[in-house]
Amino acid sequence: MNANGAVALQLVQVRKSFGPVMALRSGSLTVCSGSIHALVGENGAGKSTLVKIVAGLYQRDGGDFLLHGESVDFSSTAASKDAGIAVIYQEPTLFPDLSVTENLFMGRQPVGAGRRIDRKAMHEEATALFSRLGVSLDPRRLAEGLSIADQQIIEIAKAISLDASVLIMDEPTAALSGVEVDRLFAVARSLRDEGRALVFISHRFEEVFDLCDTVTVMRDGEYVSTDAIAETTPAAIVSKMVGREVAELFPKTPATIGEPVLQVAGLESAGVFHDVSFEVRSGEIVALAGLVGAGRSEIARAVFGVDGYDAGTVTLNGTAVRPRSPRAAIRAGMGFVPEDRRQQGLVTEASVAHNVAAVIRTKLSRLGLITRSAENRAAGPWSGRLEVKTNALDMHATTMSGGNQQKVVIAKWLATDPSLLIIDEPTRGIDVGTKSEVHRLISELAGQGMAILMISSELPEVLGMADRVLVVCEGRITADIDRADATPESVMTAATNTIGAAS
Amino acid sequence: MSTTTLVEPSRRSAAQRAVSTILTSRESAIALVLVVVVLAATSQRSSFLFSSDSWRDLLLAPSILLLLAVGQAVVIITRSVDLSVGSTLALTAYLTGRLFVDNPGIPVVVVFLIGIAAGALLGLVNGLLVALGKVPALVITLGTMYIYRGIVLEWAGSDRINASDMPSGFLALGTKTILTIPVLTIIAVVVLVAVGYYLRTARGGRELYAIGSDPDAAHLYGLNVRKRVIGAFVLCGALAGLAGVVYAARYGTISSSAGTGIELQAVGAAVIGGVAIFGGSGTVWGAAIGAWLLITINRALPILGVQDFWQRAVVGALIIAAIVLDRVLAIRRSRKLIEARDDS
Repeated sequence: MNANGAVALQLVQVRKSFGPVMALRSGSLTVCSGSIHALVGENGAGKSTLVKIVAGLYQRDGGDFLLHGESVDFSSTAASKDAGIAVIYQEPTLFPDLSVTENLFMGRQPVGAGRRIDRKAMHEEATALFSRLGVSLDPRRLAEGLSIADQQIIEIAKAISLDASVLIMDEPTAALSGVEVDRLFAVARSLRDEGRALVFISHRFEEVFDLCDTVTVMRDGEYVSTDAIAETTPAAIVSKMVGREVAELFPKTPATIGEPVLQVAGLESAGVFHDVSFEVRSGEIVALAGLVGAGRSEIARAVFGVDGYDAGTVTLNGTAVRPRSPRAAIRAGMGFVPEDRRQQGLVTEASVAHNVAAVIRTKLSRLGLITRSAENRAAGPWSGRLEVKTNALDMHATTMSGGNQQKVVIAKWLATDPSLLIIDEPTRGIDVGTKSEVHRLISELAGQGMAILMISSELPEVLGMADRVLVVCEGRITADIDRADATPESVMTAATNTIGAAS
Repeated sequence: MSTTTLVEPSRRSAAQRAVSTILTSRESAIALVLVVVVLAATSQRSSFLFSSDSWRDLLLAPSILLLLAVGQAVVIITRSVDLSVGSTLALTAYLTGRLFVDNPGIPVVVVFLIGIAAGALLGLVNGLLVALGKVPALVITLGTMYIYRGIVLEWAGSDRINASDMPSGFLALGTKTILTIPVLTIIAVVVLVAVGYYLRTARGGRELYAIGSDPDAAHLYGLNVRKRVIGAFVLCGALAGLAGVVYAARYGTISSSAGTGIELQAVGAAVIGGVAIFGGSGTVWGAAIGAWLLITINRALPILGVQDFWQRAVVGALIIAAIVLDRVLAIRRSRKLIEARDDS
């Protein structure tokens, strides 16, 4: 073990909220020099927010943030970097048009006489860095076209050349194959032995237990526990991550499950998802569960025709749906409530009536013109049924709460009378009180015989709402779990299950 | 399989690298097209190249557009665009004339400096609006293009500055040559070399490329994006100001419509020269050769017997071909990447 055990980074009860949404209630983390500290938690537990506060990208609303024992306040990423903190994001942030070496040294290139960049010294240092990391990369090559693994190596090399004392890696292994993970871990261990403090965020427990010394668990934006790896088990960590009772009252009304409505067979998209087959029956709520980035939204987008796919078929009510055409999908009877409703689901500057009527405007138009009264006539009953709380249908969607916005988006699709509704993250960014209203609505729709395909990162929502849970892991469906058998443990295990064959 | 995604360092020597870079660069390709155009025109009419006047024109004609294209390239590299340079040119050209009319005996050097400073000031307005207002440069500079032009119209009215209003020493710059090379061309080339050197070897220059390549990454790197973008607009404005003074020296008459439409030629020159319209790549050398090619084609096509309509179409085709070529190459590269990742 390393003798160097001083506390390098310490966060105590750090808070951060975005508007009404509390992303981080009480984040605490203590990382020592010469150790690798794992930070684990479900999606939305607040890990990324915590990391972005350390990186200087967000400013905390409250709590203490100490670096090497001194209170710090970073107003920018540059300040955090100057203090010796390097963050490696899940998606490396490189300049594709510049060479590998320039990416390493951007903003702090070695300069010679007349402030002229010393390219020779720069290339030599880059070569030295790569040989120290034990990788062979052409320092003169453009960064464009490098694999994620190689891009991460560049980020790590950058951190080392900055002589960072604290190195944070946000899910660095998500896109790596087995050999690449081994290489990354070897580098991480050598950095630890040099006395640096590392924070490692991962969903893969075997990696956490293989690499790390200490583990901190977060849940719902709060600190839960910190344990030495030697004194805990994966099962104990999972139960701490899930933590709460699932019986948080999900108004799931029983529905008669009928004929298959959506049938997806052998759907394939190079580099995104592979061999995806499933079906959704009428009256059934099927949840696509899994980790962020596993490919759930991509599958839904391909089914709805927003993105194309390379192979496979999508069948709705027995007829094949033309790929790459949302119009065909809507005509066949699909509705799609996207994840980011502000950007993709709503015209926030337009009135409620306008939004609801948008999809059915061809039905409403007389001689190609749409009148406001026709829009209001069409929108009225739907908004009433969904209990959208707006004073008037003329109200702009932008001023409504997240829950009401979501209802407007759902209302928009109900007006097309779909047989299948795809909902991506139905309650993201919606306050707890309104969540259950959205849940009740989804449940009612299923009760009326609609087939629902729901994508959700929130485990309680998945377990509480779904008749069947399909778990997606790295672009493949790794489990098909019935409502009766679905437990937090079974879903999480399937979601973090890395298929050996994929690497 | 996975280890094959690693990219081995190249084992080639520095000289081999330099040769292959020159041979495969966009700049050489455009220079080659330029040589072909000149040779074709000369073969039709030998006086296109081999008379002292046309030799001078070949070098002198592109000098104004060259200055604008260099400034435009710097702005486009940062993922912006400056449409106001034509109006800036008109404003500083008229200012040059007025300075001579209102202050007889004013030194030429002072006029140059005032012209450059005035252009830089107009560029600063653009830069501040773009960097602080977070509004796309296309919209901002479209607005300032009309505003600056409006100022010239208001100021000049139907007034026109003639050659007789300006000192002969200043006008002589327009025709003077040193070793058969026109002075104005030398000024333009000195500017080109200075800016090219800055972009290649200074931290600030490299940061401009970084900002254009990925603005979000530039922010995460802790670069001062705002300062650099403003700087790029100031430089572009200053060069447009210099181009205005050069315009006055070369043509001798200045009306409020000077330089109308030249901003799009400057953008075209940069794009033809390989400056990516989405920023991050290309060089001012390419933009300069692009400017030279645009002007020379316009002079050569009539000699080759191409009609007026087709002359414009050729220029348009050249711009589209340059962009299509860039796009095709980019798509091919990214497809290769995806396949490589799936195989590993």
